[in-house]
Amino acid sequence: MNGIHDLGGMDGLGPVNPAKHEPCFKEEWERRMFGLFVSCFAGGHYNVDEFRHAIERMDPAHYLETSYYEHWLQSLETLLTEKGVVTQEELDQRKKHIAMEDV
Amino acid sequence: MPHDHPHPHNKPLSDVELRVKALESILTEKKLIDPDAIDLIVDTYETKIGPRNGARVVAKAWSDPSYKDRLLSDATAAIGELGFSGVQGEDMVVVENTDDVHNIVVCTLCSCYPWPTLGLPPVWYKAAPYRAKVVKDPRGVLEEFGVNLPEETEIRVWDSNAELRYLVLPKRPQGTDGMSEAELAEIVTRDAMIGTDVLAAH
Repeated sequence: MNGIHDLGGMDGLGPVNPAKHEPCFKEEWERRMFGLFVSCFAGGHYNVDEFRHAIERMDPAHYLETSYYEHWLQSLETLLTEKGVVTQEELDQRKKHIAMEDV
Repeated sequence: MPHDHPHPHNKPLSDVELRVKALESILTEKKLIDPDAIDLIVDTYETKIGPRNGARVVAKAWSDPSYKDRLLSDATAAIGELGFSGVQGEDMVVVENTDDVHNIVVCTLCSCYPWPTLGLPPVWYKAAPYRAKVVKDPRGVLEEFGVNLPEETEIRVWDSNAELRYLVLPKRPQGTDGMSEAELAEIVTRDAMIGTDVLAAH
């Protein structure tokens, strides 16, 4: 199926900019995100195809604007809420709570 | 609510950071994940699984012709002989660079990559520009990596997918005849096994 993820041959996306040396994860949240993905996968909450498809369902502009592990975060939130493992309300409330404590 | 991860309070958490923390906190509370297991998983991929594994496969193929034959005919089994099997490396194909052919690997649709032999992919491999451009203008992409191949070299681009992952067997550089397998493994770069690097003569 066509989608923004099907990038092969697309023009105008800029240089590749290969970094000589880079850490495995750039930020702590990326590290946690990777571990969450593996843990939830091992827990049987989704398979890899579902996970990838949830990324492919992202809004095209949002897909191009966001980083790799943000795609993962979006996919995990989408699948876990769709499957009723967590609710969007739970996520929103916990986010607010953590933000309030973070002062 | 536990607040047991000390962090400098000089800038507020970003939206993405808050979302990840919220998710981890709720899943932990529901006992669906174990934060200690996450630490272990992350540590494994940061320190234990990486391109040194693939380099050992390449060095063995350069040193042992019968291993090379097995690697090119059934890469999954041959790589398994060295113990580098597992998630995201279930079905492997190794493509050999020769005087006439240079191979490059991409995943145009996402980020498919052989984790057990190369670790997690670099940022550029997962980002849009490489995925878009390498299938259309591989020579231009190679130039961005500082690699200039002769006009007559055929370039083959391999698009990885969820089921099948590629590893490039680079050409053994000149001047390495006397080197041991362990020494050879030291000179193999990650990018050479993706196909965006050509190993220099020694």
